[in-house]
Amino acid sequence: MMLKNTIDWSQVRWEDIWPATKDTLTMLGVSLFFTVIFGLLIGVVLFLTSRKQLLEQSVVYFFMSIVVNILRSVPFVILMILIMPMTKVLTGTTLGVQGTIPPLVVAAAPFFARLVETSLREVDRGVIEAAQAMGASRWDIVRRVMLLEARPGLVAGITITAVTLVSYTAMAGVIGGGGLGDLALRYGYQRFQLSVMIVTVLLLIILVQLLQMVGDHLVRRFSRK
Amino acid sequence: MAYDGWQEVIPLIELLDIRKTYGSSVEAVKNISLTIQKGEIFGIIGHSGAGKSTLLRCVNLLERPTSGSVKVGDVELTRLSTNQLQKERRRIGMIFQHFNLLSMATVRDNIAFPLELAKMPKAEIKQRVDELLKLVGLEQHASKYPAQLSGGQKQRVGIARALANNPDVLLCDEATSALDPQTTNAILSLLLDINQKLGITILLITHEMHVIRSICDRVAVIDGGEIVEMGDVLDVFLKPQHSITKDFVSQIADSFDPRELINTRSGRLVKINYVGEITYEPLLFNAVKSTEVQFTILQGTVSRMKNTPYGQLVIEFIGADGEIDKVLDELRAKGLEAGDLK
Repeated sequence: MMLKNTIDWSQVRWEDIWPATKDTLTMLGVSLFFTVIFGLLIGVVLFLTSRKQLLEQSVVYFFMSIVVNILRSVPFVILMILIMPMTKVLTGTTLGVQGTIPPLVVAAAPFFARLVETSLREVDRGVIEAAQAMGASRWDIVRRVMLLEARPGLVAGITITAVTLVSYTAMAGVIGGGGLGDLALRYGYQRFQLSVMIVTVLLLIILVQLLQMVGDHLVRRFSRK
Repeated sequence: MAYDGWQEVIPLIELLDIRKTYGSSVEAVKNISLTIQKGEIFGIIGHSGAGKSTLLRCVNLLERPTSGSVKVGDVELTRLSTNQLQKERRRIGMIFQHFNLLSMATVRDNIAFPLELAKMPKAEIKQRVDELLKLVGLEQHASKYPAQLSGGQKQRVGIARALANNPDVLLCDEATSALDPQTTNAILSLLLDINQKLGITILLITHEMHVIRSICDRVAVIDGGEIVEMGDVLDVFLKPQHSITKDFVSQIADSFDPRELINTRSGRLVKINYVGEITYEPLLFNAVKSTEVQFTILQGTVSRMKNTPYGQLVIEFIGADGEIDKVLDELRAKGLEAGDLK
């Protein structure tokens, strides 16, 4: 009853909401793309340099691990502000969709890298040994054995990362990143337009649901066990 | 006589003074030297932790020995660079207890994997994989994933994959230990077939005497990282010297000790061993025919070791001692071993 009195659905301006949705999807898509590339790279190196692995290098592992931990421990909102100079150099701006991509990638790549490392650890050592016995080089083993065998885990990791990125893009609204989060903050919070807040949150919920469903479906399709 | 697949003795694998230590105190393999001949099936038997797995992995340098040299064919593997070693490993196939197949690849892709590593053209790969599928009897299962196969089928995929690059040697790491007895026998006869038809030398490790008896020509018994006994399977099996060897032999022998009968039987108890074609001749009957001596078989095995028939009997002879001696002499003259049971 309370809600009916306070919510004014006429405040929902769809001509604002659709571009914001598009912005969110763009931020998500582009940042996910770079996150997967960098995260995969960092994750593979982390795994290979860790103890008892093919390229065991405790010093390299130690420093990479520390950098990853640091990036993961800084709250996203603060990280975004901290790396603004770098963002400016890379994209020419710290605002809008472009300005949010670098902080999104810097925040999500270390997170995804740890997920990559974990799923590579799940790969049966026996299979790697068999590949070595067949004369596979380390590169062959990474590319043809590890990444293949870890595929379900990697897809699950990408799904989790994508969902995390959705919430990061919403936070990006704080520094003028645009997108649904920005809309929810400016209209919903600052102007008390509860209806806008509800619509944007609903859209975010739908987005996350879709991502999770697609991800789960792909994991099932790739699973052979 | 035991190796009927080949005449000439050509060393194929030469392990010289292999030592493998972990850390400063654990000595997994202590100074083992071993020569495997071309064309034979050589078995290494030992309990878990005896060092057999480490020793096998030293052959293709999955484990690099702490000291010693490994030669396969004319190539000293221990001197090769990483790149050269990767090439040489293609001549050494290996199968594993837990199969170690790519779970995310089909049977076909699993078998194609070593060929892709060797950069064989696609059309040739397809043809070769078809041959291999036929060889191991899995034509029907080419597009299945390992999880859809039984243990025996998985090991067949493992064997096809190991043979893909036409290796000279096949290393078998407890290849049948995860299989039930029936499947074990099917895999063993496949291995024997491969050895005889393709002339591939097989070096296997196992903890089952049954495996050794079924297909091996020679055997080494390993304990505490050392070879405690080695020889033709038949000799080791019929006359085990070391207590560990006796342990393994008893795995497949009758657990009943005939010496328990000595005090309860009135006749003379004699143990008889024989090997070869005489197994199938009526020697006992012929020997007693002209005498008054009677006999009863108290315990016995008549079987085959790989392709060689043999028998081991405990017999009670009833009659005059002099006559029994005459019977025994006649049996010995025919090539049997006979001695009083003590």
